[in-house]
Amino acid sequence: MKIYLARRLAQSLLVLLGVSFVVFFILYLTGDPALVLLPPDASAEDVQKFREVMGFNDPFIVQYGRFFLGALRGDFGQSVRHGEPAFNLVIERMPATFELSGAALLVALCLAIPAGIVSAVRRNTVIDYISTVVALLGQSMPTFWLGIMLILVFSVQFNLLPSSGRGTLEHLVLPAITLGLFTTARITRLTRSGMLEVLSQDYIRTARAKGVSDPPVVWKHALKNAAIPIVTIVGIELGTLLGGSVITETIFAWPGVGRLSVQAIYNRDYPVVQAAVFLLSSTFVLVNLVVDVLYTYLDPRIRLR
Amino acid sequence: MDPAPISVPLSRAVDLSAGRAPAPREWALFARRLARRRTALFGLVVVMIVIVAALGASWIAGYDPTEQDITNRLRAPGSQDAAGRAHLFGTDHLGRDILARMIFGARPALMVGFAAVAISGVLGMMVGLLSGYFGGWIDDVFMRLADVQLAFPFILLAIAVIGVLGPSLPVIIVVIGVSSWVVYARVVRGAVLSLREREFVQAAHALGSRDGRVLLRHILPNAFTPWLVVATLDMARVIVIESALSFLGLGVQPPTPTWGGMLADGRVYISTAWWLATFPGLAILVTVLGINLFGDGLRDTLDPRLKL
Repeated sequence: MKIYLARRLAQSLLVLLGVSFVVFFILYLTGDPALVLLPPDASAEDVQKFREVMGFNDPFIVQYGRFFLGALRGDFGQSVRHGEPAFNLVIERMPATFELSGAALLVALCLAIPAGIVSAVRRNTVIDYISTVVALLGQSMPTFWLGIMLILVFSVQFNLLPSSGRGTLEHLVLPAITLGLFTTARITRLTRSGMLEVLSQDYIRTARAKGVSDPPVVWKHALKNAAIPIVTIVGIELGTLLGGSVITETIFAWPGVGRLSVQAIYNRDYPVVQAAVFLLSSTFVLVNLVVDVLYTYLDPRIRLR
Repeated sequence: MDPAPISVPLSRAVDLSAGRAPAPREWALFARRLARRRTALFGLVVVMIVIVAALGASWIAGYDPTEQDITNRLRAPGSQDAAGRAHLFGTDHLGRDILARMIFGARPALMVGFAAVAISGVLGMMVGLLSGYFGGWIDDVFMRLADVQLAFPFILLAIAVIGVLGPSLPVIIVVIGVSSWVVYARVVRGAVLSLREREFVQAAHALGSRDGRVLLRHILPNAFTPWLVVATLDMARVIVIESALSFLGLGVQPPTPTWGGMLADGRVYISTAWWLATFPGLAILVTVLGINLFGDGLRDTLDPRLKL
C-alpha cells in the first residue's frame, strides 16, 4: 500500500509539473509575452526595455525554470492592475471560493444521496420518475441561466434573498444552489444506478431470503458498496465545482478566485491569471490525491495492488 | 487425401465476420430498438427542430436579428410594436426581436458544437486507439497528459487562452476541441483493451495483417459505438460551454446573436424586462435536454451496462 501511495504522490507531482508548464505557456501563445503584458500603445523601445527587464530574451527553458521556481515560492509577479503580488490577491480570495464550492457540494450530497437511494428502492414509482426528470433537467440547465432565474424569482420578485455579495448565510443560499444543481443531478443518477446494481446482487437476495428485514439490508450492505463510485465522482465533481465557480461568482458578485480571474482576464492582468489557474489546479490535484487515499480504505482490493 | 486447393486466399477462408463493422441489417435493428424508446425519440425530434431552425433561420425568423430600432425597445412578449408587428417573445434593449435572435443564435451554438466535437472526437479516438492497442510507454505518456488536462478547471484555462489570443470562431472551436479529448480517449482505450485479446484480432495477426490494418479494419469499427455515445453527450456539454463563453463576452462576438450573449445582455434588465434573459436560456435548456435524452437513449440501446 505504501508503494501505491508513493506512486500516486509521484503522479501528482508530475501532473503539477505539467500544470505549471501550461500556465507558464499561456503568455507565450502569441509568441511575444511582452506584447501581451504591455498596453497596446506602448512604443517599440518600451517593449524592448520591458523584454530586457523581465528576462524575456533569455532562453525558453531558463524562463520556464524561473517561473517554476517562483511558483514554488509563491511568487507569480505583481498584478498589473492592483500593484500587489498576484499570489496574495488569489490567496485572499480562496476562502470565499472554498466556502461556495463546499456549500454547493454539501447541498448536492444532502439532496442527491437520499434522492438517489429513494429512487432506487422505490423504482419506477412517481418519486423515481420525478427525481429522474429533475435530475435530467438539472444536468441540462446552464448554471448561469439558473442563477439569473433564481435572482429573478427570489431577489427581484419576492425580495427574499440577496442577489450579490458575501456575508450572511442568506448570501450563500442562491449561489450554492446554482453551483450545486448540476452536481446534485449527477450524484442522484449515480447513486440511483449504483444502488440498483448493488440491490440486484446475489448477496442482497441471500440476506433477504434469510429473513433480514429491509432497512438493515439496504443500509449496511448496499450503501457501503455504492459509496465507492460516489467517492470517485465527488473528487471529479470538485473539479467541476471549482471551475463552475467562475461563472457563479461572476453572476452573484461573490468575491472569490473565479470572479478575480475573469476580471483579471478582462484587464489583461496575466500574472493574476497564472497564479489563479496554478493554485486552483494544485488544489484540485491535492483533493484528488486525498480522495484516492480515502478510496483505499473503502475498497480493500485497491490496497493489495 | 488431396490437400485443400491453395487457390482460395486464406484470408477469405477464415471467418473474420465478428471483426467487421456492423452490417446494414444490424443498423436497422438498432434503429428500431432505439425508436422504441420514446424519450430518445423525443430528444431526437427536438434536436432536429433546432438544426432545421439554424439552417433555415433566414427564412423562418421573420425579423432581422441585428436590425436595431430604439423606438421598439423592451416590448413585452406577445405585444405589438409601433408598426403593428407582433413579437412573440418581446424585444430587447435595442428593439431587436428576441425570437428571431434566438433562432439565429442556434447557428453559432451548433457550429461550435459540431466542430469542437469533431476535433476532440478525432483526437480522442486516435489517442485511445494508440494507447489501448500499443500500451507500454505510449499509454503511460497519454494517460499522464490526460491527468494534466483534467487537473485544470477548464473554463478558467479556456478564458485565459481566448483572452490572450482574442475571441474568434476558430480559436474558440480549437480551445474547446483540444480540451475535451480525454473522455473520448478513455472510452476508446477501454474498448480497445477488451477487443485486443479477442480471437478475430489474433486471427488477423496470425494471417499477417499489420498493426495499422488491424486497428483500422477490425478494432475501430467496434470501438465506434461507445465513441458515438460520448460524442452525442459531449455535444450537449460543448453547447453549454459555448454559451458560457459568449455570456462572458469571450465567445462569438456581436452583432452575431448568441444565446449566451443574449443572456448577458438580459441580465442587466432582469428587474425590468425579465424576458430578455429567460427565453435564450430556455433555448439552451431545451436543446441540451434534447441532446441528453437522445444520447441517453443511444447509450441504453447499445449496452445498458456500459458505465458511460
